[in-house]
Amino acid sequence: MYVYDDHDRQIAAERVAQFRDQTERAMAGELAEEEFLPLRLQNGLYVQRLAPMLRIAVPYGMMRADQLRRLARVTRDYDKGYAHFTTRQNVQLNWPALEDVPDILAELAEVEMHANQTSGNCIRNTTTDQFSGVQSDEIADPRPYCEIIRQWSTFHPEFAFLPRKFKVAVNASEKTDRAAIQVHDIGLQMVRNESGELGFRVHVGGGLGRTPMVGPVVRDFLPELDLLTYLEAVLRVYNRYGRRDNKFKARIKILVKALTPEGFAEKVETEWAHIKDSPTRLTPEAIERIQAYFTEPDYASTGNATDLLAEQRFENRAFDQWLTHNVDTHKKPGYAIVSLTMKKTGTAPGDVTDRQLDQIADLADEFSFGEVRVTHQQNVVLADVRQDRLLELWQAITPMGFGTANLNTLTDVICCPGGDYCALANAKSIPVAEAIQRRFDDLDYLYDLGNIDLNISGCMNACGHHHVGNIGVLGVDKKGEEFYQISLGGSSHHDATIGKILGPSFAREDMPDVLAKIIDVFVDKRTEEETFLDTYRRVGIDPFKERVYA
Amino acid sequence: MPNVIHQDGSIRQDDWTLVARPAEGESLDIPQQPALIPADLWLAGHEHYVGRDDIGVWFDSHDEPEILEGKVNELPVIAVNFPKFSDGRGYSIARLLRERFGYGNELRAVGDVLLDQLQFMKRCGFDTYVLRPDKDINKAARCLNFFSQGYQAATDTQTPLFRRRAS
Ligand code: HEM
Ligand code: SF4
Repeated sequence: MYVYDDHDRQIAAERVAQFRDQTERAMAGELAEEEFLPLRLQNGLYVQRLAPMLRIAVPYGMMRADQLRRLARVTRDYDKGYAHFTTRQNVQLNWPALEDVPDILAELAEVEMHANQTSGNCIRNTTTDQFSGVQSDEIADPRPYCEIIRQWSTFHPEFAFLPRKFKVAVNASEKTDRAAIQVHDIGLQMVRNESGELGFRVHVGGGLGRTPMVGPVVRDFLPELDLLTYLEAVLRVYNRYGRRDNKFKARIKILVKALTPEGFAEKVETEWAHIKDSPTRLTPEAIERIQAYFTEPDYASTGNATDLLAEQRFENRAFDQWLTHNVDTHKKPGYAIVSLTMKKTGTAPGDVTDRQLDQIADLADEFSFGEVRVTHQQNVVLADVRQDRLLELWQAITPMGFGTANLNTLTDVICCPGGDYCALANAKSIPVAEAIQRRFDDLDYLYDLGNIDLNISGCMNACGHHHVGNIGVLGVDKKGEEFYQISLGGSSHHDATIGKILGPSFAREDMPDVLAKIIDVFVDKRTEEETFLDTYRRVGIDPFKERVYA
Repeated sequence: MPNVIHQDGSIRQDDWTLVARPAEGESLDIPQQPALIPADLWLAGHEHYVGRDDIGVWFDSHDEPEILEGKVNELPVIAVNFPKFSDGRGYSIARLLRERFGYGNELRAVGDVLLDQLQFMKRCGFDTYVLRPDKDINKAARCLNFFSQGYQAATDTQTPLFRRRAS
């Protein structure tokens, strides 16, 4: 994992001092509310329904045990003892006091954490696949490139006041996309060209929210050394020509659409031609230097524990199910990738207590070289677990509530905080997730249904990624009452698609029944090998409509 | 007379007057002192202004600095207006003027110029700033220097941190 050097430490300390000064000026009335707003947002601080909300950055989702312990302490000392893992791989605190925030940021800086640019109209946290570096099908480890982008985008003097927020995601796997890159402002797919050189296929102009779009490709192959200069060109075109007259039309997707992807790409190429060979061009040494932080941990040469696992799973059905669903294959023989699901029914998806944060830190130290990753599905990954210790790990996590063996099933819901916490919500979302989890509580049935992405948002800002759920649920407001609109057929993977709206919305108490009907149609129509999405794509939306509105 | 802040933090008296764009049908009224006029009007009257060291130009955030390509160094001062501090186009305009068009004279930020934006402005090539009058000018020097270094190459430094680290 990346470790700060003196430069990073100094910049981080200066940032905390700067924000302390800004907060003091704001409290002394020297900064108008609207002047302080972007400054506090760029330090992660929202003002929310119940209290301020602090969004802490987790660069590309990676954290060390000491950082988790510090988060636990901050949560305990400054908040109500729990935090929230978000769909942007970050962590949110729901109740910090405004005047404590500089102190919280100082505490975080001590363990190389921050809240820089986690909100506001600037370049946000760059996200990536939570299995980066440990799976066998990736082109190259994307994390060093994410760190390179993180450094370049941090306090970029030209791009701190963009028309709107800006999100970049990187994916390196050929088979899957766990980073949803095509619904980001810039999505970077790592590729190799015919000569075997490393680079990126660049998507620009994806995004969710009010106008959901899948980002078109604007460049098929960008050589790796050109990464930053090209990003700089895209951002400069966006900064200059993105709309600023209307907040809802200010995202880069609107500009790309207005200019057409080809027209936009041309403008970027023209801009890029001027700066392509500037000092911002990466060097092989610079990349190698960052790559050196993401080398393999000290793996033991144990070999696959196939026989042992076969025996253990034979004796213990629950363990067997957990292995099948929450444990993935690792590039290194003898190791496995474990997903801890934060989806225990009765707990809001992504919620963790301070005690659980400490427990996860201990698990990381004990089982995974002291590191974890946060996923955009609001789960946590231990990426380097010895196969011969999986049983022990499973026994440890089950009482903690992280052992629910439902990864990627219908009850592994992505869900935003909705009306329970969020000032912008049109409806609550957590109770809907919970009601559905209660209705589908039979694991065997869930496994039989296979992978289904159920994504729930409390309003059209789409924090819960409802547009790209195979089943999406959106909270809507009708004359002050809460209703829920359903969309079907969305996907955030290589085949990224925006879901199609099923029809009129439903009352909250009807949601489990409606879901059950949708699932029934799938079960009726599917062929043996099909996933929900396959069946939907084959039969279309009508059979679902007919059953649900019958 | 208002003051202007120099990028080293020092404060001087400002002797340039910013001339607003004349309304439809009215002509440009240049005062008897150093004046900054809209860049496109300067270009339109180029033959009158050439060689005058008391006439500079200003751009608005939606203007395209490209119109002055090749001519920028005929100007003693170029100002860029920030109509609202949250409108970040001026930063790109400044970098283009400095890095692409090789502008070497005074580049100043005017308009909704606040303390917390000064260091970004400095890094993008502005060397003088006319702070919004209600802000405390004595805090400018500190705000210009919150950070001792930046990660990126910009107008103030040719070398991004990754290159400095390598050396
Ligand atoms: C509780 C306070 C929150 C507030 C006030 C808030 C506000 C917003 C707003 C205004 C947008 C819309 C931006 C746009 O138009 O594109 C947005 C988008 C988003 N938010 Fe939140 N949010 C909150 C919590 C969260 C949480 C907890 C998560 C993760 C679970 C999250 C993840 C996202 C994501 C992924 C998007 C992006 C949609 C896109 O790609 O366009 N937000 N949020
Ligand atoms: S989708 Fe809406 S309700 Fe949910 S967190 Fe985002 S802004 Fe709040």
